[in-house]
Amino acid sequence: MSASNFSDAFKDTREAKGTCPFNDQNDPVTMLLRFKDVRKTAHNTKGFSSAAKPGRIVVPSEVNIRDTRQIPFEVDPPEHTEYRALVEDWFKRPLDPDYENKLTQIVEAEIERVLQKGSIEAISELSLPIQSKALTLLLNIPLTEAQTWISWGTHVFRSEDSDLDADKASILYDYIDAEIDKAIAAPDDSLYSVLLNSEYQGRKMTKEEVKGVLILTFAGGRDTVINYLTNTIAYLAEHPEAIEKLNDNPALVNTAIEEFVRYFSPLTHMGRVVKEEKEISGHVAKEDTRVSLCWASANRDESVFENPNEIVLDRKMNPHVAFGFGAHKCLGATHARQLMKVFLRVFTEKVSTIDIIDAAENIEDWGAHKRKVGFNELTIKLNAK
Amino acid sequence: MAKITYITKAGEEIQLEASSGSLMELAVKHKVAGIDGDCGGVCSCATCHVHVAPEFYQKLEAPTEIESDMLEFDDNVTEYSRLCCQIPISEAIDGITVNVAN
Ligand code: FES
Repeated sequence: MSASNFSDAFKDTREAKGTCPFNDQNDPVTMLLRFKDVRKTAHNTKGFSSAAKPGRIVVPSEVNIRDTRQIPFEVDPPEHTEYRALVEDWFKRPLDPDYENKLTQIVEAEIERVLQKGSIEAISELSLPIQSKALTLLLNIPLTEAQTWISWGTHVFRSEDSDLDADKASILYDYIDAEIDKAIAAPDDSLYSVLLNSEYQGRKMTKEEVKGVLILTFAGGRDTVINYLTNTIAYLAEHPEAIEKLNDNPALVNTAIEEFVRYFSPLTHMGRVVKEEKEISGHVAKEDTRVSLCWASANRDESVFENPNEIVLDRKMNPHVAFGFGAHKCLGATHARQLMKVFLRVFTEKVSTIDIIDAAENIEDWGAHKRKVGFNELTIKLNAK
Repeated sequence: MAKITYITKAGEEIQLEASSGSLMELAVKHKVAGIDGDCGGVCSCATCHVHVAPEFYQKLEAPTEIESDMLEFDDNVTEYSRLCCQIPISEAIDGITVNVAN
């Protein structure tokens, strides 16, 4: 069994039927599995809404654990367009050379730190610290704040025996409330303050709206980035030749990160609530029911990708939907891509080989389909160059 | 060497010269407004959408199906729309003008 093999969990159903039901807390979801259906439905924001009750478009549904609407994520156009325009520039800051330099320093320090150790558990000792520290740049707050988030552990919303844990989720919500209050009392140049000062429809953003943007920023980029980094490490462990190739050829890094994110698809799917009845690959999507856009399945669709189950580091045409598609495409993608690039660059410069000592896979349960999304544990030893 | 003119949404004209790479890479390097090139040119983001001047459109190699499908979903699509990460720079396109679509 190879640790870096992530099989295509949806293949048979995608080809035979194209859709698949999943019963989620008595609010069933029909997963759309084909690339074309996924893109078309994502594009159709009129017929397939994101502005349902907060938490409803997430699968598993979060309606029982949160009331705050995530912004701009759980809003439809035209309101979505204005919210998105408010935050767009801020979320493009990762392209600034200064941001990239600081990110490089963070990643270098983290990799140096674990190279000093013998074996490490990659998720808790490398992926989580990198993700947390990188997030301080996106929020523009002191690096030391990352310690708090690291102490929360890998799952902010999940506990051992439950996919959704209200007590755990409230740790994040309470934390964000407190940080917003601090920023109101002493404004600075953090994302909190910038949002509190922003104007939506000619008036200041409310605390609740600011909270909505921040929950999205924290939640959307946590497990996804952690899985991406950990899975990439597993791949490089089993493909040492790729480490050399990537180190020798910086241009390859650009296509490689897109390929890794396609193959790993850290976010399996995202829901929508049907506004106008429509038939999709034989499924009649009735008003007020849910469908989900299965990015992970679309990204393995053979009608679009040649050799979809192979990682082709220099894949030239790669129209993957790992960051979603259309108006709601991932707001944090610029940050994620910059981190992915910097991570690959620094990692392949400093590490020669990786030994996998122990691995426990994280398998998601989507009813008829079980999908490996990452690891619950990955113990490795990094060997320095 | 090819001369390339980008016209941004705001109407700014930017003239550049290059002999290799893609129209997207050149635009990103020179920070042409409206061309972000998020996906680095693998046809996954459509943040490199331009309208090619009609007299040049025909001279270009026709878009692949993947590119056309991508364009189908973007805003401001015209019959001269292209994703400029798919247009390589060479002598053949010397003098080309493209309007940034978004
Ligand atoms: S740069 Fe992403 S599609 Fe052209």
